[in-house]
Amino acid sequence: MIVMLMRRILLGFITVCLVSIIIFSGIEMLPGDACTQYLGEYQADKELLEQCRKDLDLNRPAHERFREWAGGAMTGDLGMAVDGKTKISTIVGDRVKNSLLLAFCAMLVGIPLALILGIITGLWRDRMPDLVISTLAIFAMTIPEFVSATLLILVFSIWLGWLPGIVLTSASAPISEFFPEILLPVIVLSLVMCAHIMRMVRSSVIDVMSSDYVQMATLKGVPYWQMVFRHALPNALLPAINVVALTIAWLLGGVVVIEVVFNYPGLGRLMIDAISDRDLPVVQSIALIVASIYVCVNLAADLLTMLANPKLRTVYTRK
Amino acid sequence: MSSSSFIDIQNLSVGYTSRSQKIIKVLRDVSLTINRGESVGLVGESGSGKSTLALAAMGYFKRGLRALNGSVHFNNINMLGLDHDELQKIRGGNLALIPQNSGQSLTPTMRIGRQIAEALRLHSDLSQTAFDDRIIEILSQVRLPNPAALINRYPHELSGGQQQRVAIAMALAGQPDALLLDEPTTGLDVTTQAHILELLRDLARDRNMAMLYVSHDLGAISRVCDNVVVMYAGEVVLTGSSRQTLLAPKHPYAHGLLTSIPRLKQKELPVALDGRPPMPGEAITGCAFADRCALADDQCRTTSPPLTRLESAESIRCFHHDKIDQLATSSQKVKQRKAARKDTGETTLGLEDLAITYAKSGFLTQFLSNSPPPPATVDNININIEKGETLGLVGESGSGKSTILKTIAGLISPKNGGIILNQDTKLTAKVEDRPSMNLRQIQMIFQNPDDSLNPRHTVAQILAQPLRLYFQLSGKDLHDRSVKLLEQVRLGEHYLSRLPSQLSGGEKQRVAIARAFAAEPEIVLCDEVTSALDVSVQAAVLDLLNVLKKERGTTYIFVSHDLAVVKAISDRVAVLYQGRLCEIGPSDAVYQAPFHPYTDVLLGAVLEPDPDTAPTLSADDVVELSPPAKGCPFQRRCPKKLGEICENQTPPAQTSIQASNQGHVIHCHIPLKELH
Repeated sequence: MIVMLMRRILLGFITVCLVSIIIFSGIEMLPGDACTQYLGEYQADKELLEQCRKDLDLNRPAHERFREWAGGAMTGDLGMAVDGKTKISTIVGDRVKNSLLLAFCAMLVGIPLALILGIITGLWRDRMPDLVISTLAIFAMTIPEFVSATLLILVFSIWLGWLPGIVLTSASAPISEFFPEILLPVIVLSLVMCAHIMRMVRSSVIDVMSSDYVQMATLKGVPYWQMVFRHALPNALLPAINVVALTIAWLLGGVVVIEVVFNYPGLGRLMIDAISDRDLPVVQSIALIVASIYVCVNLAADLLTMLANPKLRTVYTRK
Repeated sequence: MSSSSFIDIQNLSVGYTSRSQKIIKVLRDVSLTINRGESVGLVGESGSGKSTLALAAMGYFKRGLRALNGSVHFNNINMLGLDHDELQKIRGGNLALIPQNSGQSLTPTMRIGRQIAEALRLHSDLSQTAFDDRIIEILSQVRLPNPAALINRYPHELSGGQQQRVAIAMALAGQPDALLLDEPTTGLDVTTQAHILELLRDLARDRNMAMLYVSHDLGAISRVCDNVVVMYAGEVVLTGSSRQTLLAPKHPYAHGLLTSIPRLKQKELPVALDGRPPMPGEAITGCAFADRCALADDQCRTTSPPLTRLESAESIRCFHHDKIDQLATSSQKVKQRKAARKDTGETTLGLEDLAITYAKSGFLTQFLSNSPPPPATVDNININIEKGETLGLVGESGSGKSTILKTIAGLISPKNGGIILNQDTKLTAKVEDRPSMNLRQIQMIFQNPDDSLNPRHTVAQILAQPLRLYFQLSGKDLHDRSVKLLEQVRLGEHYLSRLPSQLSGGEKQRVAIARAFAAEPEIVLCDEVTSALDVSVQAAVLDLLNVLKKERGTTYIFVSHDLAVVKAISDRVAVLYQGRLCEIGPSDAVYQAPFHPYTDVLLGAVLEPDPDTAPTLSADDVVELSPPAKGCPFQRRCPKKLGEICENQTPPAQTSIQASNQGHVIHCHIPLKELH
């Protein structure tokens, strides 16, 4: 078990390292650098350009600069934005907080809802509740987020006037100020993720309900709901852990479309802004953060699966 | 309706509504009665409706199925008229089920103790404190070692035999008066099966339980049941005492089932039952068995025979039950002898000092664990297989027989030793590095054709792959060759367009055989190729392999846990335990004294469909996880163990002196003449 855990952590670390190398060299390979971007039309001035590169330390060989950047990133120092005045960690820090807030709220609504709906549709397979919920889920999955977002804005903020349709709070504002502006984006996100997880849970419940051990439990005289909760669900929900993890990673990695539609100051929008400003150091940092989030969440999911599944758990403890 | 029978099923029909809104019957007017303390065997091929009938006795029908007419009474309670609460009280209490595959019937996320406790809680009024003691008591009743430790285990941590015992324990928790057993020993090793059957026999006798024992294995039935019911295509075709039925069956189908069982004392191959049973819903005019019956005449094909009660207290659904003797004497099929082997003395495949291990030697694993590596899974295998010979490999699960096959096929790399093809070519360990020529020469047939045939490929596509790869055939040549291959496995051209899901189990295995022979191999590796098949189909597959061997002089390595099957087909037999060779020799010699103690244990546990034989259980059915580091591999279970010498010294290879038993070697410390 401990060997397994260490191996996974090591692998995760290597993945992040590789990703950081790819990001760094990708940005290196782009024509131009931070200085040509910063100076804009003044870059024709060779002297100015040289001065700028000297200021930003761009003249040193790439591997040295990578070492410095990577070393800084490990201690939380992501360097300076292209304007040379703001620390990237400050800009990104607020945005990570906001993205976390959005993701957390969406998870809080979406995951329990998805599990409950998935179990209901699985148990009442092919009957009324399943048909209605499954059809709705397909709609939620297939309608693009910006369409459903726009529709919700139209209904809830323009026609009914119940909720603000756009987020006007500044990125660095405290969490409490995002309410109730955050509600509409949370609803849209939970709809989409809920549909995905629900379908997964549904098919898993159907599988397990037709398994030999569920039949055996029934023939042992176990009452229906006790059979569902004790025999079926613990097994049916195991495969859901990984789907939930992927969804969480997707939420944390910045849901670009939703953030743009609602003008939400999260990581996704910062990424878009940084790309259009050609603020390469910021793009680089965000990419690294998103990669690390994916690795961590997946690691957590695998660990959780291992803990929840006696088959995996005991394989690694027996030896 | 009141009746004196304990389980009383009358005129029960069970069916489902098909997509075209037709009602398809799986059971047709079946009646079955079981008295208190009586044990009844229910026999038939897969699809005959025997499991459906057993579950119906509990008032349970699988999704989609329902009772169309008839009645089911248990202890004078109408099981079809009860609501859920009332059924729950009876199921698992008074009337308990022991399922076919306990590995899949135990909930994987629940500890053994909790699963039994659940049954106790539902069906007894024990106080909470008495629970643990009672669980341990039940677990010891089913002869499980160290029950106190077992309570905290999960199902997957137990061996197949242990899982089956836990399932029996779970059934006993409700103190049942009747047990329904759905193929409880299918898929278990011979020794485990014999132990479980003895346990069931004893339990039934001690507690005066009624048993309905569903099985396709007449050997098991003969051991456990007083009476037997034979089903065919959803109908009962014979009921009678199991003794009478096994010695002189009066229905042609029962007769055919019995002759298709390979027996240890029989020199010939078993006789297959041709054809296949009608599918549910297929229109049947007359007797359902007429198409496969040698006695069938016009009357059989037009009128359905009634179930008639004979003077001998048997009931038979056949017009010609008095002519059954004709089947035995003037059998329409000549019993096939094993294809004679031409003694060429030429070695086709040599296994030299083969050792295989599954232990990983990763850097991190070694770094973090300082225990010594476990002994190799398979060790010290030296066998030369002659051209045209069939070598049988037998042993319980975990004996390394499949591992050896996979290593020959190149799917596992050996740790040590080599595989020599045709005396001159040393085969590369990995299949992907082998030249195409060597790949063609060695082909493998797997146990379960459901898994080995791609479900999205038609039979034509399946057969085309080796033909294209090895012979570059295409177009008409490819088609003609495929048709010829299908004919060789006795399937017609029209099978080319079918998908595996449209074939029966036997047909799928024939396609798998055709695919192997498409490569025109010199050596065919057969990995438990008949274990997943019905006995009647098994006989047909054995016969087919035998014919192909006769025609082509192919060399087989035939792996099976069934000693009678191995005897039927092999020229030479090797007995393996824990990946080490115990005994090897001509099959007649291995199946006769002197025996290696392990061979003796295995042979003693074989169940023959003969009411006058009983298995002898001379060793426990313990499953060992790894071989001992030194000495004899069988030391821990051997009933004839001498002492320290067995633990410390590798047993010597003793060669038989009789000229007729040339090449008969037994690895044991006990002198040959004492091994009888």
